Formats: sequence, structure tokens, C-alpha cells
Amino acid sequence: MKITDIVKVLDAQVVVGREDMDYSINHGFASDLMSDVLTLEEEHLILITGLCNNQTIRTAEMANISVILFVRNKQVSQDMIELALENDIIIISCKYSMFKTVGVLYENGLEPVY
Amino acid sequence: MHNEFTVVEGDFANAGKASSEIKKTLKQLNIDNQKIKKIVVAVYEAEVNAIAHAYGGTIYVDLDEEKICVLIKDKGPGIPDIARAMEKGFSTASAKVREMGFGAGMGLPNIKNNVDELDIQTEVGVGTEIKMIVNFNS
Repeated sequence: MKITDIVKVLDAQVVVGREDMDYSINHGFASDLMSDVLTLEEEHLILITGLCNNQTIRTAEMANISVILFVRNKQVSQDMIELALENDIIIISCKYSMFKTVGVLYENGLEPVY
Repeated sequence: MHNEFTVVEGDFANAGKASSEIKKTLKQLNIDNQKIKKIVVAVYEAEVNAIAHAYGGTIYVDLDEEKICVLIKDKGPGIPDIARAMEKGFSTASAKVREMGFGAGMGLPNIKNNVDELDIQTEVGVGTEIKMIVNFNS
């Protein structure tokens, strides 16, 4: 799915990476547990999470995850924005619950990692 | 090449800074991306551990053409039962650590899965030393 399509189906906002709307990803993984995210071999996926702090961005950096999607209108801090910019990570934010977000993305063809 | 990083107790805002610097260095040296990921995931987990459990510490990085060796030394409480600490799901983490997205008892098993050699020396009340090696050519 392209970022532009994700934004459309989730009525979401791009917080970092507005110039990357054509970037495309095939896989998604949803978790609030960063240690779990760090076990993934799959890379360049979209991480869907409600955990909104510096460690989310750092985890994405270490795991080579290129897109983070925060659910439930989480507020992204300036520190997080700077870290994401430094590491070329796209940040998207939507108002939907994790459950609905994952359901909508799955329905639109985003594939699970496992 | 030798490098050192100081990790400060409770400084979650900067957790991952050392791992991030190591990643940048390895990228500049054109090390294989999969190897870099293994190293930085292991170091990052250990960095979070040092901040969360061990009153901070120092990370020593030694790098040559064949391998990277990372030693994380702390003066923390030590690990009373290493076998249990290595079990998936065993954790003594605080609520604060869990809020950060860690503390599910996956750190040490994650470290073990990503490195070629792992040696943990620990003494209760004295501290812990975790030495990890990743070979670039294996």
C-alpha cells in the first residue's frame, strides 16, 4: 500500500514524511511491545502502535522499520519528530483504535508478517 | 577502532543513543545490513536494560575488520538468577520500563538470538558485565 492510500482509508495525517506519499509497503505489524518488534526479521514494514514515545522511534531505527502509524490520536513530540527525520522514518497518525486500524489495513491488502 | 558511551540511570529520553551511534559507524564502514541490525538490536536491548535496571553504566565498543565486540558494564544490583533472566517472559521491570514498551522478559533472549557470542558476568550488589560479539564474516 502507498502512504497516500493508507492516509485515505484511515482518514489519517502524515506527521513526518509528507514528501514520501508514494512510498509503498507490503507488510504491517501491530504491537505496543518494543521488544517484540525487535524480534522481527521482516524490514521496511509499517509498525502500528499506541506506544508513543522516543523508544518507538528508536525501535524503528534499530529494526529498519520505515513507517510508524500511531493510533488513537497520539501526540508526537518534537523530539520524536527530530529522531524520525534523522532516520528517514515516516510517521502517520490516525484517530481510529488499533483494532479498527488493523482491520481496515488488512481489508485493503496490507499483509501480516506472520 | 575503540569507542565508549556513558549510559545514565533512568534517562529513557536518550535510550538508544549509543546504539544509534554504533549503527551510523557500521553503516559508514559498509558492514552488511543484516549484521548491523543484529548488533544494534542486541546493544539497544542491553542499553535499555542498563538504564532500566542497573543505575546506568558504560558501553565499550571494539571494532576490527572481522568482528565487533561490545561490553556493557554497570554497577547495578546484579542478576541473582541468570537462568531465569534468560527465560522468555521473566522480568523484574518497573511500571516505568513497561510504559516505555519494554519489560516483558524478552531483552536477554533477544540479545542472545542476535549475537555470535554472549558472556554475562554478574554479582549481586556489585554489578553486571555483558560481553557480546558479532562476527562480520560468519
